[in-house]
Amino acid sequence: MTDTTPTPESQSLRDWLLTDTPTSRRHAKFASFYKGWLRLRSNHMAMFGFAILIGLLFVAAFAPWLAPHDPYYQELSNRLLPIWSEGHVFGTDSLGRDILSRLIYGSRITLYIVTLVAMIAPVAGLLVGTIAGYAGGWTDVILMRITDIFLAFPKLVLALAFVAALGAGIENAVLAISLTAWPPYARLARAETLTIRSSDFISAIKLQGAGPIRIITRHIWPLCISSLIIRVTLDMAGIILTAAGLGFLGLGAQPPSPEWGAMISEGRRFILDHWWVATVPGLAIFTVSLAFNLLGDGLRDVLDPKDEKS
Amino acid sequence: MKALSVRNLDVWFGVGRDQVDAVKRATFYVNAGASFGIVGESGSGKSTILRAVTGLIPTWSGEIEVDGRHVQHKRGREFYKLVQMVFQDPYASLHPRHSVDQVLSETLQLHGFKDIDARVRGLLDDVGLGPSFRFRYPHQLSGGQRQRVAIARALAPEPKILLLDEPTSALDVSVQAEILNLLNDLRAEHKLTFVMVSHDLSVVGHMCEEVAVMKDGEMVEVMDIETMRAMTPRHEYTKHLLEASLNYSA
Amino acid sequence: MNLLDVEDLWVRFPTSSGMFEAVRGVSFSLGRERLGIVGESGSGKSMTGRAILRLIRPPGQVDAERIDLEGTNLMQMSEKEMRDVRGSQISMVMQDPKFSLNPVMTVGDQIMEAYQLHNKTNRREAKARAIEMLEAVSIRDAERVLRAYPHEMSGGMGQRIMIAMMMIPNPKILIADEPTSALDVSVQGQVLRIMDKLVQDRGMGLIFISHDLNLVADFCDRVLIMYAGRIVEVCQADRLHEATHPYTRGLLNSLPRLDAPKDRLEALVRDPDWRHQPSVSGLK
Repeated sequence: MTDTTPTPESQSLRDWLLTDTPTSRRHAKFASFYKGWLRLRSNHMAMFGFAILIGLLFVAAFAPWLAPHDPYYQELSNRLLPIWSEGHVFGTDSLGRDILSRLIYGSRITLYIVTLVAMIAPVAGLLVGTIAGYAGGWTDVILMRITDIFLAFPKLVLALAFVAALGAGIENAVLAISLTAWPPYARLARAETLTIRSSDFISAIKLQGAGPIRIITRHIWPLCISSLIIRVTLDMAGIILTAAGLGFLGLGAQPPSPEWGAMISEGRRFILDHWWVATVPGLAIFTVSLAFNLLGDGLRDVLDPKDEKS
Repeated sequence: MKALSVRNLDVWFGVGRDQVDAVKRATFYVNAGASFGIVGESGSGKSTILRAVTGLIPTWSGEIEVDGRHVQHKRGREFYKLVQMVFQDPYASLHPRHSVDQVLSETLQLHGFKDIDARVRGLLDDVGLGPSFRFRYPHQLSGGQRQRVAIARALAPEPKILLLDEPTSALDVSVQAEILNLLNDLRAEHKLTFVMVSHDLSVVGHMCEEVAVMKDGEMVEVMDIETMRAMTPRHEYTKHLLEASLNYSA
Repeated sequence: MNLLDVEDLWVRFPTSSGMFEAVRGVSFSLGRERLGIVGESGSGKSMTGRAILRLIRPPGQVDAERIDLEGTNLMQMSEKEMRDVRGSQISMVMQDPKFSLNPVMTVGDQIMEAYQLHNKTNRREAKARAIEMLEAVSIRDAERVLRAYPHEMSGGMGQRIMIAMMMIPNPKILIADEPTSALDVSVQGQVLRIMDKLVQDRGMGLIFISHDLNLVADFCDRVLIMYAGRIVEVCQADRLHEATHPYTRGLLNSLPRLDAPKDRLEALVRDPDWRHQPSVSGLK
């Protein structure tokens, strides 16, 4: 069928993964996972985004080995060195710290924020949304009005208020962002639940005497999760930007932490004469946000159950 | 012995001014081991009866007796061990992310069976699907195969009564023949009682011994199959329905 | 001259596991007659109908030796010219009227818009014509229907409105893809009679795509039976019950019949050979 002739072993593994007649539970799981991966792989833009994120993960994991300098080491004699100078590829900032090293260490903070928010906000949204959608009636009304209240505030202002109340710092920033990020997920999960709830396969499992907890966790969640994952990846850019925004306003990561938003904030004083100090971390934020967006777009094609009939 | 008796069944949707009476004072009896058909046009309330009997629609009143016992509004697991249902659209009645194995084992588990592995294999065998289908997902199955899985799921708790809601109307005619044959075989083998809803009079004529005709939520006539074949129903509407279905067929 | 001649029509879709061929070298012609195309899902019958109008979206591909509409090859037309053909020379009625009518416009506005698109007239005349059209499809209360929205219509009414709309430009050919399968039996007959009358009165060609053998046998003049993207048999509709191909016979026998009860229905056994047999020509 294909004109490439792979080695026998890889051919058989491929066949094993692509079979329409899986022989065990695990086999079926692997096979459907592999097919999704093949779909994702055929989307070049998504793979480009995926590669950038793998790169980010790699950089964060091996930061001490990759960074040419100590990100906190100040050398005032070398302050504000321009881009491409000897030993400092991206130059140095106002305190003579190497910007490249700070970027590399900053990737850890970015990943930390992104992961924590991605673990808190969608899960909270999923819980609220599916319960509201499945239970209906008063539960729905109360939960959804609470969601509306959260939605009515501008994101950054609400996050600011939370951070102001809880105190500045990365953890509080994450918490604040999560608190502002969950309502859209709740709305999405509720909308999905409403359509799933009335479908025949839910009626069928009800006729087996299944209770609401089983129906929500085993039958509704798996269908909501894919659209949530897509939404989260698409929102990641916004989350990174909000975190950077908090950092920029001095309410997120505190100096001397090399958080990207905080770095821009420090650099803005010199933006006219020493543009790279603020621009380089800005470009990093831009790249990672773009990568998440591209991946999210690709995941939409793979995970959307509506396309699976074809 | 009556497997299912329904007396003065009213089913409605909505409240107050928006209330719509979907079924009005429907009364019918199905003997154990018999096959009972309900025909009517869309919106006549025929599927609604099945959904009310299973409890999927909670807004009903009247008397429903299954296997000699009164059915309450809240149904326990014993009820679902007795009564099961096969839905119209096999593309909608299977969870898109659950494999055949998951569908059947979860059902068996819910009904407290222990030897799940053997039973899943037995059920697949019953509905004419080999073991190779066990770990497939719905999107890897054809419409007929999906409907077989749905039938296997309905058979899992070993029910006595099977409610069939247009089980073949979404399928091709050749597949319809296979599914109808399968259902007849299963009925003989497991001594099942069928209540079958369909808009297709010839399908009901093939499957059932007694047929009820619904119109605008009311059961206008219950007749046996010979009356239907002889085209001698009492009610005008039934006559009209029979003629319409024969006019552009045969 | 025939209204339509289709020769060696192919419809292909690229998939991850190679090219999927939905229609494989089908040839037929259509005169001023009612031509039925029957087959099961996946036989390529709907694709054939859409391919004639070149309505297959990329990455799907349509190839044909020729699709001649009264001698002009549609395959060589630009997309702009095709749009003209679709509007005024060949019309199509789909299965479910709910998806073909615009839900936020009144029925009247939609019919009048369609009419004014093809004829340069004022609103008053468009309205008069619209009422005339609705009366032609046996809608009694035309004035009221004009003011109604599609969701207020029943299925049969909606389908009749669709047919009325498709008839406005006075097309030469009407392609009806399962026009009655979403309707109840009693309404079905009504819609068919209306369609039949319009086709007869105007001397149009009708391509009637359906899965229902008996319906096609009753309603059409000539029938093409499709299987796996090819035509396996062509016969006169009134002779359909004498069809010889085992696939056609199998389909006929698998139907339950009120007048001829039997204990077991005959299940269709598919011969893999059918797939490879060359397509039978439906050319005249």
